[in-house]
Amino acid sequence: MARVILQNVWKRFGDAEIVKDFSLEVPDKEFCVLVGPSGCGKSTTLRMVAGLEEVTAGDIIIGDRRVNDLPPKDRDIAMVFQNYALYPHMTVYENMAFGLKLKKFSDPEISMRVKEAAEILGIAHLLDRKPKQLSGGQRQRVAVGRAIVRKPKVFLFDEPLSNLDAKLRVQMRAELKKMHERLQSTIIYVTHDQTEAMTMGDRICIMKDGSIQQVDNPLSVYEKPDNRFVGGFIGSPPMNFMEAEVIVRGEECFLNEGMFEIAVRRRYKDNVMPYVNKKLILGIRPEDIHDKLSFTLNLKEGNVMSGMVDVVEPLGSEIFLHVNTGKNEIICRVDAHSKVQPNNIIELVVDTRKIHLFEAETGCSILQ
Amino acid sequence: MEEQPLTTGRTSVQNPAITTGKSRSIREIVMSWVHNEAFVGYCFIMPNLVGFLAFTLLPVLASLIVSFTSWDLLSPPRFVGFKNFIDIFGFSLIPEAALASWTDYLFVWQYLTPKDPGFWQYLYNTAFLMLGIPFGMICSLFIAIVMNRKLRGIMFFRTIYFLPSISSLVAVALLWRWIYNPDYGLLNALLGFIGIQGPSWLTHPLWAKISLILMGLWSGVGGTNMLLYLAALQGIPQHLYEAADIDGANALHKFMHITIPMLSPTSFFIFIMSVIGGFQGGFQSAYLMTRGGPGGATTTLEYYIYNNAFKWFSMGKASALAWFLFLVILLVTMVNWKYGGKKVHYQYI
Repeated sequence: MARVILQNVWKRFGDAEIVKDFSLEVPDKEFCVLVGPSGCGKSTTLRMVAGLEEVTAGDIIIGDRRVNDLPPKDRDIAMVFQNYALYPHMTVYENMAFGLKLKKFSDPEISMRVKEAAEILGIAHLLDRKPKQLSGGQRQRVAVGRAIVRKPKVFLFDEPLSNLDAKLRVQMRAELKKMHERLQSTIIYVTHDQTEAMTMGDRICIMKDGSIQQVDNPLSVYEKPDNRFVGGFIGSPPMNFMEAEVIVRGEECFLNEGMFEIAVRRRYKDNVMPYVNKKLILGIRPEDIHDKLSFTLNLKEGNVMSGMVDVVEPLGSEIFLHVNTGKNEIICRVDAHSKVQPNNIIELVVDTRKIHLFEAETGCSILQ
Repeated sequence: MEEQPLTTGRTSVQNPAITTGKSRSIREIVMSWVHNEAFVGYCFIMPNLVGFLAFTLLPVLASLIVSFTSWDLLSPPRFVGFKNFIDIFGFSLIPEAALASWTDYLFVWQYLTPKDPGFWQYLYNTAFLMLGIPFGMICSLFIAIVMNRKLRGIMFFRTIYFLPSISSLVAVALLWRWIYNPDYGLLNALLGFIGIQGPSWLTHPLWAKISLILMGLWSGVGGTNMLLYLAALQGIPQHLYEAADIDGANALHKFMHITIPMLSPTSFFIFIMSVIGGFQGGFQSAYLMTRGGPGGATTTLEYYIYNNAFKWFSMGKASALAWFLFLVILLVTMVNWKYGGKKVHYQYI
C-alpha cells in the first residue's frame, strides 16, 4: 500500500491544456474520488497515474518513487476500466490470471490468488465462463477481480459503474466500499456522478476544465463549497443560484433578489459588508427552502419568499417543486404529503443559516 | 372510422371492389400488387435471381450432366456413364502383373498404375502452390500492422501496397518473367551480388512452382487480405491493450494474447477463402508464366480443366474434373468449419 502524490502535473495535447497544474496528495489507504463533468480532465489525470498517458510537466509519486518515466507494469498499480476491458477470448479465470502469469507467479500461487479474489467477489462459480456469457454486473466483478489478484499498491478506477443499470450501480457502490475496507488499499476513483463521489469517497476532488476546484471530505464539500461550480455540481437537484444585491437597512444587512429579501445572519455580516450595494450570487440548496405551512422554526422578517408553482415532482419520500419567484426559477423540497398543485401560489421559508454566497465575477465563496 | 390495416401483407389490402363483388379496374389490380410486400420484394431480387438461374445454376447443373457424356462440342454428346470419372481416378494393372497367389492380391497396389498420371501430378501441384497461403497471410498481417501506424502520408503507402493486387495480371506476369530471367533477370543479378548462382527459375520443376508462389505473394499480400486485416486491427478495442499494459504485457505478449486472438475471425475467413481460391486457381499465372510447364510442373487442376475443355475439347472429362474439384472444396471447407471454427473468437464485449 502506498500514498500517491501529484505535484504540479500538467497535460497538454497540442495546444489544448487538459490538466492544469494539478496537485493532490492521496494518503495511504484513502479512497479518493476525482469527480467532474465530462471533459474536465479527471480520466486523463487517472491515466497519467496509471502510466497510460505521458505527463507533460510535473511529478507523479507512488509510494516513495517518482514514476513519471516508468511503464504501467512497473508502477505497481491496477486499473479497472469503464468498459471492463476483459479479454473476450479468455475465461474468467484466465482473465484474472493473465497479469500473474506475465509476472511469472507459480501456478499454485496464481490459482490460490484467483480463487481467493473470486470468493471475495462472489464469482467463484463463473471461473470457467467467457466474458460474453456474463451479465454486466458479473463482468464488473471480474474486472475488479483482475485488479485485486495482483495485490497492487494502488487501485485506479475509471468510471467503473457507468455501464451498469441504476439498481446494480447502487449495489456495486456498496460492494466496492466494502472491498476497500477489507483490502485497506489506496484507491483513486474517477466518476462524473456526484452521488458516487459523495457516497464512496473518503475525500472528493472536484475538477473543472483541468483544474482542481476543491478537495475535502464529502460533507465539507457539500456544506462549504469553495465556489459556485462546486455548489452547483455536488447535490441533486442542484443548488439554486440567484443574483442578489446587498443592502443595509439600519443594523441589518439584507440580500435583495428583486422579488424578495433575505436577511443576512450576524455571523456572516463581516463577509458581506464589502459588497454593499453590489451584486452577489445567492445559493440555496433545495432542502433549505421549506413550505411555510410546515416550517416550525420561528419566522423572522426577511426569510420568506413566494412564487408560483410550475412543476410538481413527487418522489414518494419527498416532493420537488419548481417555483417561479418572478425573477428566478428555483427548486425546493417539500414534504411528501404536501397538497401543492401546479399554478398554486406558495409561500416558502429560507433557512438563512444555510445560505451560500459567491462573488458574482469569480464565483468564489465569500463565507469561508 | 373505417378500419385500416396498418401493414399491407400478402392479403391485407381490403379493396372495396372485392368485397362488393364488382370487377376491379386495371389500376386497382396494379395497386394491389404494389401494396403486396412479397411481390415488391421479389421484383427487387428478380434481376439478380434471373441472372443467377440463367448463367450460374443452369450451367452448373448442365455440367453435371455433361460429366457423364463424351462431348467434343462439334458432335452431339454421347452418354458414357462413369467413364470420365474412371478415366480420371481409375487405376489399371500393369501388363507384367502376374497375380499368382493370394499374397499378390494382398499387395495388389504394387501392380497398379493410374490411368491418368497427369491428374495426380496436377492435384499435387495444386496442393503445393497452396503452401503460399500461410506465408501470404503472415505477410498480409505484417503489412496491415505496418499500415495501421498513424504516420504522415499513410494513405499514400496503403495505396502503393494495394496497387499490385489491382494491376493487370498480364502486366505483372510480364514483369516477373523479366525478373525471373536466369541470365539477365533482376533476381539472379541480386543473388549474384551475394555470390549465389540463382536457379533457372521458370524452367526447373520445383523452382517454377516456387516462382509462381512468390509472384502470387507479391501481387496479393497488399490487397484485399491486407485491407481485411487492417479493418480488423482497427476494430480491436484500444482498452484491451491498455489493460494488458497494466497487467504487465510487453509488445510480444500483446500481439500473441490480444492481437492474434482478436483477429481470429478475420484470419479464419481469409484462410477459408484462400483455400477455396487455391483449389480453383493457378491457371492465369501459370498460363502467362510457364504454360503449365516444365513438364506439367506448374499445371494445376484448374489449368487441367482448361486444357481438357478448350485444348482437347473433352467437355465430359473437364466437367467431371470440375465436379470433383467442387466436392473437394466442399469437403475441405466443411472440415475447416468443424475443426478451425472452434479456435475463432467472434465476440468483442
